[in-house]
Amino acid sequence: MLAYLIRRLFNAVITLLVVTAVTFGIFFLVPKATGSDPALLYIGKTSDAASVEGIRIKMGLNDPIVVQYGKFLKGLVAGRDYANGPDVQHCPAPCLGYSFKTDQEVTPLLMGDLPVTLSLALGAAVLWLIIGISTGVISALRRGTILDRSVMGAALAGVSLPIYFTGLLTSAIFVYWLGWLPQGNYVPFTENPGEWFVQLLLPWITLAFLFAATYARLTRANMLETLGEDYVRTARAKGLRERTVIGKHALRSGLTPIVTIFGLDLGALLGGAVLTETVFNLRGLGYQALTAIRGNDLPIILGVTLIAATFIVLANLVVDLVYGFIDPRVRLA
Amino acid sequence: MSIGATNARPFLEVKDLNVRFETDDGIVQAVTDSAFSVEAGKTLGIVGESGSGKSVTSLAVLGLHRTRSNAKVSGEIWLDDQELVGASDEQVRLLRGGKMAMIFQDPLSAMHPYFTVGSQIVEAYRVHHPGVNKKVARERAIDMLARVGIPQPERRFNDYAHQFSGGMRQRAMIAMALVNDPKLLIADEPTTALDVTVQAQILDLIRDLQEEFGSAVIMITHDLGVVAELADDVLVMYGGKVIEKGPALEVFRNPQHPYTWGLLGSMPRLDRDVRDRLNPVKGSPPSLINLPSGCAFHPRCPYAGRNGNRSFTDVPVLHGDVHKVACHLPQEARTEIFQQEVLPNL
Ligand SMILES: Nc1ncnc2c1ncn2[C@@H]1O[C@H](COP(=O)(O)OP(=O)(O)OP(=O)(O)O)[C@@H](O)[C@H]1O
Ligand code: SF4
Ligand SMILES: [Mg+2]
Repeated sequence: MLAYLIRRLFNAVITLLVVTAVTFGIFFLVPKATGSDPALLYIGKTSDAASVEGIRIKMGLNDPIVVQYGKFLKGLVAGRDYANGPDVQHCPAPCLGYSFKTDQEVTPLLMGDLPVTLSLALGAAVLWLIIGISTGVISALRRGTILDRSVMGAALAGVSLPIYFTGLLTSAIFVYWLGWLPQGNYVPFTENPGEWFVQLLLPWITLAFLFAATYARLTRANMLETLGEDYVRTARAKGLRERTVIGKHALRSGLTPIVTIFGLDLGALLGGAVLTETVFNLRGLGYQALTAIRGNDLPIILGVTLIAATFIVLANLVVDLVYGFIDPRVRLA
Repeated sequence: MSIGATNARPFLEVKDLNVRFETDDGIVQAVTDSAFSVEAGKTLGIVGESGSGKSVTSLAVLGLHRTRSNAKVSGEIWLDDQELVGASDEQVRLLRGGKMAMIFQDPLSAMHPYFTVGSQIVEAYRVHHPGVNKKVARERAIDMLARVGIPQPERRFNDYAHQFSGGMRQRAMIAMALVNDPKLLIADEPTTALDVTVQAQILDLIRDLQEEFGSAVIMITHDLGVVAELADDVLVMYGGKVIEKGPALEVFRNPQHPYTWGLLGSMPRLDRDVRDRLNPVKGSPPSLINLPSGCAFHPRCPYAGRNGNRSFTDVPVLHGDVHKVACHLPQEARTEIFQQEVLPNL
């Protein structure tokens, strides 16, 4: 188990290194290829030649790319100094760079947005897991009944509708028609947990509907498959209660594939928050990325990309570890 | 029930057993009017080709069709004077794995891949011994693993099914089935997935354990050699029906049904791959949705029509005293055919 763990951790670190290298390469090579000056991109076209040269020295843009990458990595791990003669600016680890356009360090800026993105994704995840798995199991056990058919019909709708449509639909129902929920205005958890919860409910429900649909279908299919397995018959042959047969023996293997999908979905949701946050008008990482792209603010775009990649790699790592834990056959492989 | 040993029911008695499945293609009549019994300490062998209803019969005894909404079981199943077809789900559940237990054909798929072998045995023990704590149950499981000949049982306790070899896995399966001292043990092709030497070991093990526990055993197999070696009585099934039954020695020495002759002709020999699910008799098994008219075996029977056309129109009934057969040929004709046409070619 320990060897497995170390191997996976090692893989994750390598993957992240490759991702940073590639992203870094893209963001520093593209301006070169298009003939634009990265220093100009960094501070904006209006600046005079002297301050552009100052930035170039301070950022180390005159160094070869490999050196720049090395410094970037060092900044991530140990922090770094941006220096132009006596003008020294320290950027503590994990330093994702400095946005000269907004005159801010990227890391604290993005860390400030992180809670919004995390709240949205994790809250929705809890909701969709509960709804998706329970309806999936019930559907499988009541296979072919009206209940099964209507749940699966709703799930089909959930899977096929795009999120901006479902978003509009849930707003229309819960905000304007029923008047149960506010339109959504993020309030930090630390400020007012109750408001935080209420304000996020609508985005959660919308996202959860979308994902729960997939999970219900998956769970149902997995459960139907496992219920036909020989070892479920063995469990019954031992005289176990039907509750144990289903809740322990069938569910144990029926839910295993869900873990993989869940990790990947969550990683993708955290990493690709742009669309969801835009739909719900939440100012998280996705919103930040969008603003940065509009303003051509390279360090921020680079930072968001890296954080997104980290989420996805981390999610994969966690899935692998959890999988190794729940499936003994994987652990030994 | 009347008093007196002579009138006592056999330990297991099955009467008029019918099992049917409703499917999209129609009704599958998997078992028709089956009847048999097994006394404590005795072994009944059930033989027949693939799809003849052997497993469906044994699952019916354990009440394992109850959870299938498309299955319908009728008839009577008496286990130790208790009728099971009409009993409640809960009553049958309490017997399952306790008084009656089953060993399945493929121990790899029959064991849960995500739980250790030991924990699965412990679970089987504790469900029938609710008061027993984990430690005692664990000791019992290790003891059982040792009893079925698994080396280093304390260590193997924590292994998963896929870490066992085929033979060891089947031993573990047997340990799980026997952990509650069942009085009826059904072994559904317990050796099909194993190679010849291991097969013999497993069969020896089942026989030894049977002697030790005095259980009634139903041994389901394709392999008449196994039946010849272990069984006191034999039941031959074809298309969901019992077509011949009687004391094993009788049936082997003097087989009556043309299908049984075919089975005898295909007894596995060392030069044949045992894994082959060979078709012992030319032709394919009958459709259970649409059984052939008359004798279901007539499309494959070389002797159909030798006695007029009844084979094609009338269903032969199982008749005879101790050794019963369902065939329209008169007994003398059968004896003659067996002696002159079949025996020389075996
Ligand atoms: N749940 C079910 N639904 C429909 N048909 C079934 C079901 N279970 C079994 N059958 C059918 O019943 C027939 C008898 O099956 P059974 O498993 O008893 O055969 P068997 O004699 O044990 O064969 P084998 O030697 O291959 O194990 C088969 O034709 C099978 O397709
Ligand atoms: S009844 Fe006719 S067809 Fe059936 S086994 Fe006997 S001889 Fe063959
Ligand atoms: Mg079978």
